[in-house]
Amino acid sequence: MCFVSRTCTVVGIYQVRPQPAVSSKVFIQRDYSSGTICKFQTKFPSELESRIDKQQFEETIQTLNNLYAEAEKLGGKSYLEGCLACLTAYTIFLCMETHYEKVLKKIARYIKDQNEKIYAPRGLLLTDPIERGLRVVEITIFEDRSIGSGR
Amino acid sequence: MKNCEYQQIDPQALPTPTPTPPPHHGSEGDKKEEPRRPRRKWEVFPGKNRFFCEGRIIVARQSGVLPLTLGLILVTSGLFFIFDCPFLVKHLTSCIPVIGGVLFVFVVITLLQTSFTDPGILPRATPDEAADIEKQIDNTGNTSYRPPPRTKEVLINQQVVKLKYCFTCKMFRPPRTSHCSLCDNCVERFDHHCPWVGNCVGKRNYRFFYTFIVSLSFLTAFIFGCVTTHLALRAQGGKGLVFALQESPGSAVELVICFFSVWSILGLSGFHTYLVASNLTTNEDIKGSWSGKSGEDVTNPYSHRNIFINCCSVLCGPMPPSLIDRRGFLPADESAQTGSTDIEVPALATKSEINVCTQGTKGLLESATLPPLLSTSCPQGKPQTAHTCPDSSPAVNSDPSPELSVSCGARHAASSPGDASPSRHSKARSKKSKRAALHIPNPAFDIPVSPTSPDAASFAPLH
Repeated sequence: MCFVSRTCTVVGIYQVRPQPAVSSKVFIQRDYSSGTICKFQTKFPSELESRIDKQQFEETIQTLNNLYAEAEKLGGKSYLEGCLACLTAYTIFLCMETHYEKVLKKIARYIKDQNEKIYAPRGLLLTDPIERGLRVVEITIFEDRSIGSGR
Repeated sequence: MKNCEYQQIDPQALPTPTPTPPPHHGSEGDKKEEPRRPRRKWEVFPGKNRFFCEGRIIVARQSGVLPLTLGLILVTSGLFFIFDCPFLVKHLTSCIPVIGGVLFVFVVITLLQTSFTDPGILPRATPDEAADIEKQIDNTGNTSYRPPPRTKEVLINQQVVKLKYCFTCKMFRPPRTSHCSLCDNCVERFDHHCPWVGNCVGKRNYRFFYTFIVSLSFLTAFIFGCVTTHLALRAQGGKGLVFALQESPGSAVELVICFFSVWSILGLSGFHTYLVASNLTTNEDIKGSWSGKSGEDVTNPYSHRNIFINCCSVLCGPMPPSLIDRRGFLPADESAQTGSTDIEVPALATKSEINVCTQGTKGLLESATLPPLLSTSCPQGKPQTAHTCPDSSPAVNSDPSPELSVSCGARHAASSPGDASPSRHSKARSKKSKRAALHIPNPAFDIPVSPTSPDAASFAPLH
């Protein structure tokens, strides 16, 4: 039986997808112990135990945390950018890429790199936190092909 | 029994039930059949915002008194340049219109930026995330009848901070984040919703707002001073104030406007300068979160303990990006079919979730899995129009949502001051909003409002 309706979201049950099936998703939540800065918990989730090294995972999250800290760092450069923006009534934000945006691009490249080298070969996929509103690091676990696809 | 006559009905003769929706919904269904152009995320944004210039400009749905604010500024400044500047340039100095001009430009630009910038809206949780959070909440050893607490405690700089669960956005709110019931969004570092600018003031546009009120207080004070000087100069030589006012009637209008506004604007600037120096938000100050009212030794954990650093971090810190990605495209397989679970499904989920938002924990798990049920049972009708055509069918959209969002908003407002028993409050109000929900003429929603648990559970792992 097939639901043909375009609004059908139960497609996952009835439609046979050519791509690997998603087994589950793990969400790494934010760590607010240092305040409102963007930082993710480095606690290793149990669902990933069979797929990846704890150390590898922690290194990825720690690097991400360091990159976000760099983006949000209060220092001479960011103050200069802020003061200049204030003097121009913040119109420079319309023409210039901010420091934060530059670091976000760096983070996107890093995640792509990590996915290609480390996570994809293990059947995992990291989703850039910016696509989830910087709330979580979403790790999609794909079904192990060797076991065979199944429902 | 034997006397009853049962007429055998020929199944072939039965009229086949039409799967096609009724005509006026059908036309909207046909619209979807058109070749799907890739849609941008702002078109399916679940909050109560309006977008212009293809998603570049965002405003709250109710513009408040922004036109009035803009009108007052333009009128007063216009009268100043027309009536006062020529006289003062002749009698005093030509710097006056230059200074006035710079201040006026500053005020207008920062006002427009405050109104049209995303204040720091947090996008709503995807259904997968919401289900995951729900699972974690349920796992915290809840065996008693009482629903599990919807708060989480974190330690920030040796200070205990409670994070509340947002029923609309389906996530635990980060610290300093609050849900604005007028805009129906969670806003980071929420300060307040300002009707004068017609937008929330939050993390991303607080510096614009602060610059606006400071430059406006300078402008108002400047114009007030100039007008007073102008009238005083005209009234010299025994001519009198009345004569001066007759000669320059515009100045009278400016005088009145400036006199009444300068005190409030100066007061507001002073207040916000205090907030900036102590790294507080209006919301926290009003609630007294860090003032130690409860007798405990509470201090603001976000303050840098240095006025200069506080000011710099609030006003000159790095500009965070907009998290809602208004102009991003929806994933390709979503524009037509809702196969995966990204932005479109939350739009549908939130519309349905608003209807069932206060059913408690079990209800929330069911509502996280509701979209599949909704879509398969009744794809036609309101859910379709509600989430795909926010602009073309405002009547459809606005009818159910204000009623419910008011009740949701009231619930949010009610639950925020008292953390003692949020479950009790939400349960009491849930009955009211549930009744309100059922009154909406929307059969598509009514059917799955109370799905049986086995059904929901059977869908959950496959979701």
